[in-house]
Amino acid sequence: MLLAITLAGCAPTSILTPQGAIAAANRTILLNALTIMLAIVVPTILATLAFAWWFRAGNTRARFRPDFVYSGRIEMIVWSIPILVILFLGGVIWAGSHDLDPGRPLPSRVRPLEVQVVSLDWKWLFIYPGQGVASVNALVVPVGLPARFRLTSASVMNSFFVPQLGSQIYTMNGMETNLNLVADRATRMYGQSAHFSGDGFSDMNFVVTAVPVAQFNAWASRARQKGQVLDARGYTWLARQSQDVRPYTYRAVQPGLFDAIVAQRLQPAPGPQQGRGGDPHVSPGTAGTR
Amino acid sequence: MMFGKLNWSAIPTEQPIPLVAAGVVMLGMFALLGWVTKRGYWSYFWGEWITSVDHKRIGVMYTMLGIVMLVRGFIDAIMMRSQQSLATGGHQGYLPPEHYDQIFSAHGTIMIFFGAMPFVIGLMNFVVPLQLGARDVAFPTLNSVSFWLTASGALLVNVSLVIGEFARTGWLPYAPLSETTYSPGVGVDYYLWAIQISGVGTLMSGINLVTTILKIRAPGMSYFRMPMFCWTALGSNMLIVAAFPILTATLAMLTLDRYMGFHFFTNEAGGNMMMFVNLIWAWGHPEVYILILPAFGIFSEVISTFSGKPLFGYRSMVAATLFIVVVSFFVWLHHFFTMGAGADVNAFFGIATSVIAVGTGVKIYNWLFTMYGGRIRYPTPMLWSMAFMVTFVIGGMTGVLLAVPPADFMLHNSMFLVAHFHNVIVGGVVFGAFAGYTFWFPKAFGFRLDERWGKIAFWPSVGGFVLTFGALYVVGLEGMTRRLQHIEVDEWVPWLHVASLGVGFMMIGVAAQVVQLVVSIRDRERLCDKTGDPWDGRSLEWSTTSPPPPFNFPVQPDVHGEEAYWGIKQRAIEAQQLAPEPGYEAIEMPRNTPTGFITAVFTTLIGFALIWHIWWLAALGFVGAYATFVAFAWRDEEEFEVPVEEVASADRARRAAREAWLADRDGQAA
Repeated sequence: MLLAITLAGCAPTSILTPQGAIAAANRTILLNALTIMLAIVVPTILATLAFAWWFRAGNTRARFRPDFVYSGRIEMIVWSIPILVILFLGGVIWAGSHDLDPGRPLPSRVRPLEVQVVSLDWKWLFIYPGQGVASVNALVVPVGLPARFRLTSASVMNSFFVPQLGSQIYTMNGMETNLNLVADRATRMYGQSAHFSGDGFSDMNFVVTAVPVAQFNAWASRARQKGQVLDARGYTWLARQSQDVRPYTYRAVQPGLFDAIVAQRLQPAPGPQQGRGGDPHVSPGTAGTR
Repeated sequence: MMFGKLNWSAIPTEQPIPLVAAGVVMLGMFALLGWVTKRGYWSYFWGEWITSVDHKRIGVMYTMLGIVMLVRGFIDAIMMRSQQSLATGGHQGYLPPEHYDQIFSAHGTIMIFFGAMPFVIGLMNFVVPLQLGARDVAFPTLNSVSFWLTASGALLVNVSLVIGEFARTGWLPYAPLSETTYSPGVGVDYYLWAIQISGVGTLMSGINLVTTILKIRAPGMSYFRMPMFCWTALGSNMLIVAAFPILTATLAMLTLDRYMGFHFFTNEAGGNMMMFVNLIWAWGHPEVYILILPAFGIFSEVISTFSGKPLFGYRSMVAATLFIVVVSFFVWLHHFFTMGAGADVNAFFGIATSVIAVGTGVKIYNWLFTMYGGRIRYPTPMLWSMAFMVTFVIGGMTGVLLAVPPADFMLHNSMFLVAHFHNVIVGGVVFGAFAGYTFWFPKAFGFRLDERWGKIAFWPSVGGFVLTFGALYVVGLEGMTRRLQHIEVDEWVPWLHVASLGVGFMMIGVAAQVVQLVVSIRDRERLCDKTGDPWDGRSLEWSTTSPPPPFNFPVQPDVHGEEAYWGIKQRAIEAQQLAPEPGYEAIEMPRNTPTGFITAVFTTLIGFALIWHIWWLAALGFVGAYATFVAFAWRDEEEFEVPVEEVASADRARRAAREAWLADRDGQAA
């Protein structure tokens, strides 16, 4: 089975070992910006330590210059160095923001795979409209084929983030955000919510499996053969608060479900049951767990 | 219902940690009250401190509140780090989510609003009027009200330990998680009312200090003769006046949502959660400059004093400060690049954010050249300043890195971000506050802090700080997000252990600072500051006695140039004698008043009543607070006169000590 029941925790997470073009491009910009800045930060630190050492009160060889309080030339340099660095970095920021805008489609000759993502309390729902299936807490993407994510939330804000695949983006109820990513090689990756969303937040992680296109299609057709159908009623049940949910798939999805969630034709998910007034355990965690 | 939502189930009897903590705190408070009663200090505390409108006393109380709350927040930090070290490999640690979530929310709230803010406001309150050569702030009673309102908010946060719960939404209660639907308990309400009450205090304090700096300066103290700390205090307080109303309005809207069924930020009925994020950061980003600017001022004073030189590029520093003040309002969107605003918007705010680094960079270089050609001494305040300079450039660099949107898409909300803002807030604000505390302590109390224990505190603090946040930087690059109650990725675990080890070192540092205070009080005779100028200082606060008399200066200083006191001192050294004794006059000073304290008692009642929906008590509190204000407005006597003999005798004692110092100095020179 591709959807191994292993926990997401065993999958690699580092943003410095990207497995996708977007993650790689982000890392390149990160390292470039870091190098540019280190070029002045390191000398500054060394100069601080050197001055602090040389001009110590006990050093009789250091010249005491109590009147050295202004120098136009130094002031010019002092303002110029940061300005020049920021000018340079500003260019990196401008170009990087545009090239790597999360909503920008990736260049590709084939139609990208569309994945609709819904963050729920506290699990992830992935709908594959092209394949007609859906999965919970497990994401399967084909290698080399750009994936176009449309994202929303059933309740509170979350952030969809697969560190090795690339950029993250918020999910919000009643709204749709967009993200375009691509996996470069067949591998397993760690995905998580990167925005605190309540008591079950720590379990909101998922395995991302990148597989060759043929295998992806095989997975989809297998998924179509078992499991339940995700319709409005099933969604309402799913949207209730629960945590640490094991991955599973739906064999079919009611068409237009995602758009109904975004347009709030399906109600935002409920919170915890209202407890007694003074009860400190009016806890989202106590309602419908596990 | 007589008591609204409040009943016995509000007390978390099955959670031992908060109960034991509260028990210890209450035991300590009763011990303190018992000691005060036994020694008969009540009238002293009431007359000299609680009702005081003296900016120095209020400054000291602000700072003490800040220190106590820093310790409270540090205990939260110890629990968070240890929980993340223990809750690995399938274990859940010792803090269940509903408790852990309260702890990180309380940690952030307390550290920013009730630790760092009172600490820096306390230092500004104490130092700024002295540096300006003024007798007090512009509105002394308002100052007392400000302080007590802040204390009222801090009290409410601590009450939430035992009665009910605190927010579980993070230090900024993002909607819609903080709406009634998803947070039905009283935690968010505790947050809202505690912050609203103390926020009003902070705003009034900001108005007070801006007015003081603009209007109440000694003759000759023009803007460009003000010490750097006054400039950064001016910048910080202008930001308070501009930014805090946004916070108040935002939280008021959330309050309306929660109490009256409004829909500002809800999922339903057209609410817009993005507007909450927008507004809270429109306050939140200026807030970090509100904290760091006074720290920059402290470092300027400390580095200049201990290098034995005036501040290098003074006007350039003023320009950089004002530059930061203005630009700090154009960067807030970098807190949510990942909300999908689009490339143009992200790029604009990314560039604006890195532009702020120009102002900060200029400051770093000017401090560097202040040291150049100096004769640098290294007592504790200077050590903190050096640790700041070396670590802050790293924190600034990672900040600019996070301002690059594609990098932020990978690092947003990660432990890298956590490491970054602790790097700048601990390394900047907290080190600055410690430097200021050791620097001005002798001025406030008349004796220095013990140097040996200061250094024992310094090294483990800095070492632990580097270790902890260095490890968190790495684990952030490993992809770890913040606020996890348990850890499912094994690669992260070793780094979390390193971070916990660092916290252990910092605990040694904190303990050593407590010992330092105790030892210094014990040895106060040995550490006594007779001349009022223990560090060979340069600005006016060192020209008066330690501690200064209630009226600060027997005769108002007449300022001739930058570094007012340095000039006076050099003239005295040249002439080998002090300036001739001035003609003393009686001084009018504001009377003490319990207005601030009583107002705060009522606002605490209001806050508590509104949290628990006890409407009659809230009404009672409002009536009481208003009555207090009316009673103050109708007062007959607002000032009293310090007789001329008292002024003269205070100053003659100081002059005698100075003459002895001058003679001693000449003796050494000869």
